[in-house]
Amino acid sequence: MILLLRYAGYRFLTMLLTLWVVSIMVFVIINLPPGDYLSNQIAELRATGQAEGVAKAEFLRTEYALDRPIWEQYFIWVGMMPGPNGFSGLIQGDFGWSFEFDRPVGEIVGDALWLTVLVNLAAVLFVYAVALPLGVLAAARSETWVDYTAGFVGYLGLATPNFLLALILFYYGNKYFDLPIGGLMAPAFEGEPMSWLKVKSILLHLIVPTFVIGTSGAAAMMQRLRANMLDELSKPYVETAKAKGLGPAKLLTKYPLRMAFNPFVADIGNLLPAMVSGSVLVSVVLGLQTIGPSLLTALKSQDQFLAAFVLMFVALLTLIGTMISDLLLVLLDPRIRYGDRNG
Amino acid sequence: MTSLLDVDALTIGFGNAPPVVHDVSFSVSAGETLALVGESGSGKTLTCRTALRILPETAQIRGGSVTFHSGDGPVDLLGCHEHQMRRIRGNRIAMIFQEPMRSLSPLHRLGNQVGEVLRIHRDMGAAEAKRRVIEQFDKVGFVDPERAFSSYPFEMSGGMRQRAMIAMAMVAQPELLIADEPTTALDVTTQAQVLGLINSLQKETGMAVVLVTHDLGVVANMAQQVVVMNKGRVMEAGRAEHILAAPAHGYTAKLFAAAPMIPTVATPAPELTYDDVILDLKDVTKTYTMRASGWRAPVAITACRNVNLSVPRGKTLAVVGESGSGKTTCARVALGAERPDPGGEVLFRPDAGAPALPVHDMNNMQRTAFQRQAQMVFQDPYSSLSPRMRVLNALVEPMEIHGIGTKADRRDKAADMLKLVGLDPDMLHRYPHAFSGGQRQRLSIARALTLDPKLLICDEPTSALDVSVQDQILTLLEDIRDHANLSYLFISHDLAVVARIADEVAVMRAGVIVEEAPPDTLFYNPQHPYTQALIAAQPEPDITRPIDLDLVAKGAGAPTSWPEIFRFDGANAPDLRELEPGHKVRCHA
Repeated sequence: MILLLRYAGYRFLTMLLTLWVVSIMVFVIINLPPGDYLSNQIAELRATGQAEGVAKAEFLRTEYALDRPIWEQYFIWVGMMPGPNGFSGLIQGDFGWSFEFDRPVGEIVGDALWLTVLVNLAAVLFVYAVALPLGVLAAARSETWVDYTAGFVGYLGLATPNFLLALILFYYGNKYFDLPIGGLMAPAFEGEPMSWLKVKSILLHLIVPTFVIGTSGAAAMMQRLRANMLDELSKPYVETAKAKGLGPAKLLTKYPLRMAFNPFVADIGNLLPAMVSGSVLVSVVLGLQTIGPSLLTALKSQDQFLAAFVLMFVALLTLIGTMISDLLLVLLDPRIRYGDRNG
Repeated sequence: MTSLLDVDALTIGFGNAPPVVHDVSFSVSAGETLALVGESGSGKTLTCRTALRILPETAQIRGGSVTFHSGDGPVDLLGCHEHQMRRIRGNRIAMIFQEPMRSLSPLHRLGNQVGEVLRIHRDMGAAEAKRRVIEQFDKVGFVDPERAFSSYPFEMSGGMRQRAMIAMAMVAQPELLIADEPTTALDVTTQAQVLGLINSLQKETGMAVVLVTHDLGVVANMAQQVVVMNKGRVMEAGRAEHILAAPAHGYTAKLFAAAPMIPTVATPAPELTYDDVILDLKDVTKTYTMRASGWRAPVAITACRNVNLSVPRGKTLAVVGESGSGKTTCARVALGAERPDPGGEVLFRPDAGAPALPVHDMNNMQRTAFQRQAQMVFQDPYSSLSPRMRVLNALVEPMEIHGIGTKADRRDKAADMLKLVGLDPDMLHRYPHAFSGGQRQRLSIARALTLDPKLLICDEPTSALDVSVQDQILTLLEDIRDHANLSYLFISHDLAVVARIADEVAVMRAGVIVEEAPPDTLFYNPQHPYTQALIAAQPEPDITRPIDLDLVAKGAGAPTSWPEIFRFDGANAPDLRELEPGHKVRCHA
C-alpha cells in the first residue's frame, strides 16, 4: 500500500513535469506563424484609419506583454515571471485574454470546460459499456454468426464518418423518439443555475452525441478486446481451469478476461485525447457547447491565449487519463505490484 | 483387478486428413502408473486429453470409446453430458500440464487457484478450503505453505510452480491423475524431486497415474505399464520391466539407442592439454543492475562470478548448469555481446601461435574478423530463423554482410553447406516453415557455418528437439567439428548430452563453476555434491537403477545447504582447487 502511494506520488510528479514540457511546446508552436492576433489587428486598423482601435490594441499588447521577447512572454503566461500586473498566469489561475471574443479566456471556456468533460466521460463510458460485452462475446463465439455480426457492425461504426452518423441519428432520433436536435441543453436552461429539469434536459441531449463520438472508439476497442481475448483463450492456464471442472461462464470471466483487461485499461489514456480532438468536428456539426469549436476558431484567428489554454486543457485530460490507467494497472496486475518481491 | 480407465480403439483426426491417433487401446488400474511414451507428433498428448475431453476444437473423435469406472458404475467419457464431465474434471480425474510457467494464471494467488477446485467440487467454506489447501501445500513440499497460499505464481521457481500444479490436481483426491510431460520443462534435479513427489503421493492415495513422456528414463522410474506410440499408433505395450529390459519393437529399440545416458566409467580421463587455446575467459564476472523503474530501488544481480574457462583448439568445452546458473551469460560475454565487469577479459586467438586478441577491446577490423570466426547456434530452431526469408536468403545473408564472394559463389556455398548438414540443396528455395524441428536446427548450423568460423558457440542446441533428432544433431556437430577442426563452447543443462560430445565439462551453479574436469573423470569421481546430484538425478532407462533422491536432495539445494567444506553464501565462495591434475572442485581447503 505504501508502495502504491509512493508510486502515485511519483506518477503525479512526472505528470506535472510532462505538463510543463507540453506547455513549452504548445506556446512555441502557437507562436511559430509570423505575427500575432494584435499586430494583425493593428495593421488592419491602421490601413482602415481607425486610430482609437489602435490605441486599445496597443494597450492590450503591453498589458499581455506581447511586446516582449518570446521567452519572457512564455514565463509571464505560465505565471513564473511577473508581467505588467505582477504574477498572473496559469499557475495563479489567470488564463489570459481572448482577443477574438474580447473577454477573459476563463469566462469563455468556463461552462464549456465542464460540458466537454461531461460529453467525453459519457462517450468513454459508452465505449466501455459497448465494447466489453461485445468483444468478449465475439471472442467466446469466434467464427460464428455472433462474431461476424459484431465485427460487421464494428467496421461499419469505424467506417461511417461521425458527422454523417450525427445527422442520420438526429433525423431519426427526432422522428421516432422525439429526441432534441443539437446543443447540450434546451436553450431555456442556458446560463440558468442547475436544477433537476436542467439535468434531465442535458441527459436527453447527451444521447446522440455520446453515441456519435463513442461509436468508432467502441468499434476499435471491441476488435482489440476480441483479439486479446482470443490470444488469452489459447493460453495453457485456460486449459488448466477447464481441467479443474470450471463452468463455461466463469472460465471466460475469471481468467482470460482478467488478462485481456490490461490493454483495455491501458487504453483509457489514449481514448480521452482521441475523443476530445476527434469530437471537434462533431461538436461543430451538433452545435455542442464544448471547447472543441472554440479551439477551432482560436486556431484559425491566432487567438493565442485561448488556443493555448484549450490545448493545455486537452493535454491535462490526457495526462490524467494515463495516470488513472497506470494506477489501475498497478492495482489490477500483481506482477507490476509485487515484481520486486522476487529480487 | 478391474481397470479404472479403459481406452478402446480410440481414433482422432483433424479435418479430412488421415487420423493422428489411430486405434489406440490401453487400460489403467487403480494404484498403477501407465506411461504413454512417444516423440512429438506421436499423438500421446491428444490421447490423454481425450479422457478429460479438452481436445482442440477442430479435433474430431472418429471412433472408439473411453470408459471411466468410478464408484457408481462406468461412465462413457466421450458420450456423457458436459455437466457430468465438469463434475469429473478436477474431481475424479485431474491433470498436470507440461509448462508450469504458463499453466497457472499469473493474476491470481496460488491459494485462490488451488482452492477453486474445492469450491467447485466440494462446496466447501472458505476457511475449510484454505485449511485443506495449506495441508496439501505442505504435502507437496512447500516450506512455508501459508506464504505459498498468498503468493503469485511469478514469485515462484518452475519447480515450485509445478508443485503447486500437483497440489491443485491432488487437492480433491482424484482417482486418476493424468500428467502430460510434467517434468519436461524443469531442470534435471527438479525433475527428480517432482517425480519422487508424484510417486509418494500415489503410494499414499492409491490413485492411478497416466504419465505422458518422451523420456524412457522417466518411464523406468515411474511406470508399471508402458505404451509406446509413434505417428498415432501403438507400437508396443506391456509391463515396464519387460519392455525396458528387452524392447521387442524396432521403434522402441531406436528410442533406447538415442536416449542420452551417463556412461559408467572405469578410469578417469587424462588431463586436457592447454597449449593452444582458441578462447580464454579470464576472471569474468558479470553484474546486471536492474534499473529502478519508477519507485523501486535498483538491484544488482551477479549472473556469473570469477569464471575462468579455456577452449583448446579443436576441442569442445561444455558448460552445464540449471536455468539461472549463469551459463548463458558466460556465452554472451564470450561472444562479445556483453562486456564483463572490470577486471575480467576474454581472449581470442584466431590461429595457433598468433597473438591473442581481447574480444572486448578490438578495433573495427579485428571485430569484423572475430564476428566471422565466432558463430552461434541458438536453442530454439523455430524462432531463430526468420519465417519470411527463404533458406537461400538466410544462408547467404552472413556472406553478404561480410562482402564475401560473388552472388554465384555465395549460392554455391549455401548449397554446399546444406549438403554438409545433410539436407538437399533443392531445399534452398523453401521457407523455414516447410522444415521439421531437426531440419531447422540443421539450417541454423548451416547458417553458422557459411562464414567458415573457427569457434562455434552452441546454446542448448538440442534441448528443443526429440531424443532421436537430438541424437542426429549431436552426431552432425561431432562430424563437423572433426571435419573442419572447429572448437565448440557448448552450453547445456543436460549432463548426459554433454557426456558424449565434450572434452571438458564445467559444472556451474549459482553463478560460479563448482567443478571442472573431462567428462570421464567427472563421472568416475564426482566430488562436488551438486555434480553428484546432477548425475544421480539423470533418469536411467533401467528399472533396476532408480533415481537416488537422497543424493539429489543433498546437492540440489542452495549453496548454503551443502556440506561444510563446499558451503558458501553469496559472494564468498571458496576457491576452485585442483584435486588432481585436470580435476578442479570449488571447496574450502
